[in-house]
Amino acid sequence: MTTITVTVNGVRYTSEVEPRLLLVHYLREHLNLTGTHIGCDTSQCGACVVHINGVSVKSCTTLAVQCDGAEITTIEGLAHNGQLHPLQEGFWEKHGLQCGFCTPGMIMAAADLLKRNPNPTDEEIRHGLEGNLCRCTGYENIVRAVRYAAEKMAATQAAD
Amino acid sequence: MIPAPFDYYAPTSLAEALTLLQQHGDDAKILAGGHSLLPAMKLRLAAPSVLIDINRVAELRGIKVNGTVEIGAMTTWSAIEHHAALAKACPAMADAVGLIGDIQVRNRGTIGGSLAHADPAADMPAVVLAVDAQIHVEGPNGPRAIAAADFFTDMLSTALEPGEIITAITFTSHGPGEGSAYAKFPHPASRYAIVGAAAYVKMENGQVTACRVAITGAGPKAERQTAVEQALIGTDGSADAVAAAAAHAGEGMEMLGDIHASEEYRRAMCKVYAKRALLKAIERAR
Amino acid sequence: MTATELKERLVGRALKRREDPKLITGHGNYLDDIKLPGMLHIALVRSPHAHAKIVSIDASKALAMPGVVAVFTGKDMLDINPMPAAWQAAGVKNYPVPPRALAVDKVALVGDPVAMVVAEDRYTARDAADAVEVEYEPLPAVVDARKAVEPGAPQIHEAAPNNIVFEWECGNKAAADAAIASAEVVVKEEIINQRLIPTPMETRGSIARYDALTGEWTVWMTSQAPHVHRLLLTAFVFGVPETKLRCIAPNVGGGFGQKIFCYNDMAFTMWAARKLGRPVKFVEDRSENYKYSTHGRDHITEAELAGTRDGKITGLRVKTWANIGAYFSTVAAGIPTTLYGRIITGVYKIPAAYVHVTGAYTNTAMVDAYRGAGRPEASYLIERMVDRFAAEIGMDPAEVRRKNFIQPEDFPYDNGLGLLPYDSGNYEPALNKALEIAGYAEFRKQQAELRQQGRYLGIGISSYVEICGIAPSAWMGGQGWGAGLWESANVRVHLTGKVVVTTGSLPHGQGLETTFAQIVADELGVPYEDVEVQWGDTQGTPFGYGTYGSRSLAVGGVAIKRSVDKIKEKARKLAAHLLEANEADIVFENGRAYVKGSPDKGKTIGELAAAAAVAYNLPPGMEPFLDETSYYDPPNCTFPFGTHVCIVEVDPETGHVKLLRYIAVDDCGNQINPLIVEGQIHGGIAQGLAQALYEGAVYDEDGQLLTGTLMDYAVPTAAMVPHIETDYTVTPSPVNPLGVKGAGEAGTIASAQCVMNAIIDALAPFGVKHLQMPATPERIWKAIHGK
Repeated sequence: MTTITVTVNGVRYTSEVEPRLLLVHYLREHLNLTGTHIGCDTSQCGACVVHINGVSVKSCTTLAVQCDGAEITTIEGLAHNGQLHPLQEGFWEKHGLQCGFCTPGMIMAAADLLKRNPNPTDEEIRHGLEGNLCRCTGYENIVRAVRYAAEKMAATQAAD
Repeated sequence: MIPAPFDYYAPTSLAEALTLLQQHGDDAKILAGGHSLLPAMKLRLAAPSVLIDINRVAELRGIKVNGTVEIGAMTTWSAIEHHAALAKACPAMADAVGLIGDIQVRNRGTIGGSLAHADPAADMPAVVLAVDAQIHVEGPNGPRAIAAADFFTDMLSTALEPGEIITAITFTSHGPGEGSAYAKFPHPASRYAIVGAAAYVKMENGQVTACRVAITGAGPKAERQTAVEQALIGTDGSADAVAAAAAHAGEGMEMLGDIHASEEYRRAMCKVYAKRALLKAIERAR
Repeated sequence: MTATELKERLVGRALKRREDPKLITGHGNYLDDIKLPGMLHIALVRSPHAHAKIVSIDASKALAMPGVVAVFTGKDMLDINPMPAAWQAAGVKNYPVPPRALAVDKVALVGDPVAMVVAEDRYTARDAADAVEVEYEPLPAVVDARKAVEPGAPQIHEAAPNNIVFEWECGNKAAADAAIASAEVVVKEEIINQRLIPTPMETRGSIARYDALTGEWTVWMTSQAPHVHRLLLTAFVFGVPETKLRCIAPNVGGGFGQKIFCYNDMAFTMWAARKLGRPVKFVEDRSENYKYSTHGRDHITEAELAGTRDGKITGLRVKTWANIGAYFSTVAAGIPTTLYGRIITGVYKIPAAYVHVTGAYTNTAMVDAYRGAGRPEASYLIERMVDRFAAEIGMDPAEVRRKNFIQPEDFPYDNGLGLLPYDSGNYEPALNKALEIAGYAEFRKQQAELRQQGRYLGIGISSYVEICGIAPSAWMGGQGWGAGLWESANVRVHLTGKVVVTTGSLPHGQGLETTFAQIVADELGVPYEDVEVQWGDTQGTPFGYGTYGSRSLAVGGVAIKRSVDKIKEKARKLAAHLLEANEADIVFENGRAYVKGSPDKGKTIGELAAAAAVAYNLPPGMEPFLDETSYYDPPNCTFPFGTHVCIVEVDPETGHVKLLRYIAVDDCGNQINPLIVEGQIHGGIAQGLAQALYEGAVYDEDGQLLTGTLMDYAVPTAAMVPHIETDYTVTPSPVNPLGVKGAGEAGTIASAQCVMNAIIDALAPFGVKHLQMPATPERIWKAIHGK
């Protein structure tokens, strides 16, 4: 067992973990943050995407011990003071989700994409989300949702 | 989905990592980005009893670009992808890195980890062959450099000796008249290369004076395509010349075949992708 | 609001979904999110062999590991029955061999579970499963349905001689034979509809808890049909009254058919929870889901289509081998029979048609319904054959379609294949609209020009009809279906005027919570916010057959409407009493009952609900409360239709296909929520075009699944799916009072052949007449190069 200290969604946790414990299991089983999902066992599906130190990663392919000292953001930590993140809003407005299982990972991946490329083309959105599988939407409305968020974020920034 | 148990070490210096590797010998695996190793462990296709995580070894990270490019082994794909000077110094690497996995994989995966794993379908082996990179390693007997051409020995096998860790990759920055490119046929599911071709050319006075081409994905290991190179050097690099030269791609190479691409098809695609990479490299060199 | 001002109608409006806030913030509640106190975890020991005798199982090492509570094998569970075989092929002898909770004595596919480890946590369970030693005696395997029924093939089950599950037929053999024998033109093709893996993003699993004092279970399950599972698990598997089991489907992360069926894990978690007195959880890994949960399609077909030189289709003869997999899954036999053969002629009037289907056991994962279920196989077949015919006689494929469409005046239309009559349809406007959007005539010119430049573009047309809201029960009984197919709904108007709807439907992405609330708010005239829709728990919802087959709106939604109608009827009676008016003079409008001609003299539904609830002043004989339940069994199925068109460009050097445009014109009748309809169409198309281009489950000859993970099985990413253009025609269904049909599967049923027809059109200069799916670059490259 190894002791780790992590900050998840602004809350500091110190936990004893087995070295082999996957970050996704740590979040789900130890911290009860079940918004981060598991959809595959080979790092393809992206249902488990979270941010470590501001960068999107697949939490199924990261060990919890590797995160000692890290700042982690999960889907539960994306909205601020009850205000949805523009991506969350976009997914809702544009019907970017159906069963919702891929959605947390998809939103977290899209958030990283928009950080690097605030004004992506549709093609850039599609390529930027290659690490996330959705079986329900055919992606059309996911692309619309991300575009909605990009526009909204640009408008907010312009207003600031 | 669950790896078998292991002991975990997270050294903060290369020296410490080398000592740990020495201590644990064959039972140990180095954990770099983990995007090949951890999935294999989750499926229990790999079960090392010790993991030495070198993500905290700061000295192994970083990119330096002047006349020479030096990339620390633990530099992530993402850092490479977003390095403007590097993209200029070696467009083939920029082409290739943007096609590796997905953003999340590139945020974790490292160049050193990938080269050490030597997946036959990885992209970067073709690029390091085409730019004639040196792969710097350090082990119990001190540091040494291995030419990319000598590094990949077989499927998932390299010239790394037990106890050695890759520390950096170096190669010469492209100068005037030099160009490179990477063209890829991705696997529809894994997005590894079914065939990937990296090409480097030097053009002087409208003539190809130097050329290196390497193919990955098609065979058990990435390989230089000397017949293509020889056929192209001395030509004007026209589309016809390139097509004629690229027709030699895959010659003498053992081909892999699977449900996604047969040996015959891979062999044909070697020619197509070598041609596409060369045309792009020549365009950039002009 | 005065009585004459109409409340704004919600039906037909693209409201955003009320399901979403919790799902976009990470507060959904999926199966694996559920933790119960004292819960144990199950890991399975699965067979690495496709076909083998189990010689011995030694669990001693596993049992010695700390944290391991028990190891059980199939022989421990002989006190429960195998899973039920609920839908058998109609009118013929079936040889159903459904799976047991765990395999006994032999295994029949890779991944067949032979033992289960129960441990304190899932990491320990996984480790211990690896420590269970199983000795097998491997047997020869067979994976191909046609080979499986040949003499000398390995025999999988004693109870199914020659691996035959059933031999079934429909249509008129003599007429089809004669039409083909006398035809001016006959086109013949072997058409393979490859095996697909449904791949809901959430895998499957079960959690069971048992109360020894009452003998009652609660089972949480990834289920599209918890009421059905409750019935099957109690009445058939455990032999206990259904009142002993409560089934709960929490948020379900996609189903696409795979979560309709009664699976072994439901039974072995129940069995273990009872045995151990503690709750147990089993959740598949993705690679387990790929090996053991059901797959779809997998047909090998020999098809012959006959016609005249001037484009009239005169006959169709089809012989299909349907792979059923290693065991009989819950409704496996209904899919390649009733849902396939009976609609094989699609949107065309074909005077003579005959279909013969052989269902075969093989050493592969079970095959059962997957999005579209039988209908995609049928529409793929007929639409490919029609294109093949058009090419043969040198006629424009759009023209051949027009010449053979069932005409508007032909409805209700009996296709002669044992299906109920098609309810309604008007096929040509949908075709014309799709072609107009595509700029068909212009495209043909452009195509010819580009061919001169060595660029190969193609256009594909797919005109489809499908069957939704499958019913009525009396007809389904004759189709071998061992149950009804009605739906129920309860609507209660509480004292406060809030409306609670409970349904036996099981939305898992379809947005029914929103759609149903829109219907109720309109019908009852109450604010949308006042309507709550509940589902998923057999305790608290009326019996329902679940959500699949695009049936929830056309059957479940109509049941809700009927309950609302009953509520309104009772409210009118009560209003008449309270207003001292004749019942005949009471108008119910905008959530208010008033006396005709005196709109000011009225009672709102809230006031009436309160009056009904306190019951101080009810008409003689009236029971308190506005609370009504309906059981709706439709008189017929509904038959959505449409035409999809796609444009592709093929790279002749590599065989890569680029999807340039995808246009869908669908007719699903009236739309309650167009935003949701469009989403269903998008998703359906993505799955169908993925079949055309990317997906295919492949076994080697020894029965090893070569596409056993998402590294090998190509579920498309956003970059692999094109922008989709949607449009509609609206032909309301006469079958139900909402005029709705169903939209969940249409996209999948329409799209695979649309893409394939476009690719084959692009390859026409190379003489390519047919290609099997998926049209991988290699397949196309080989076709171009005559290899």
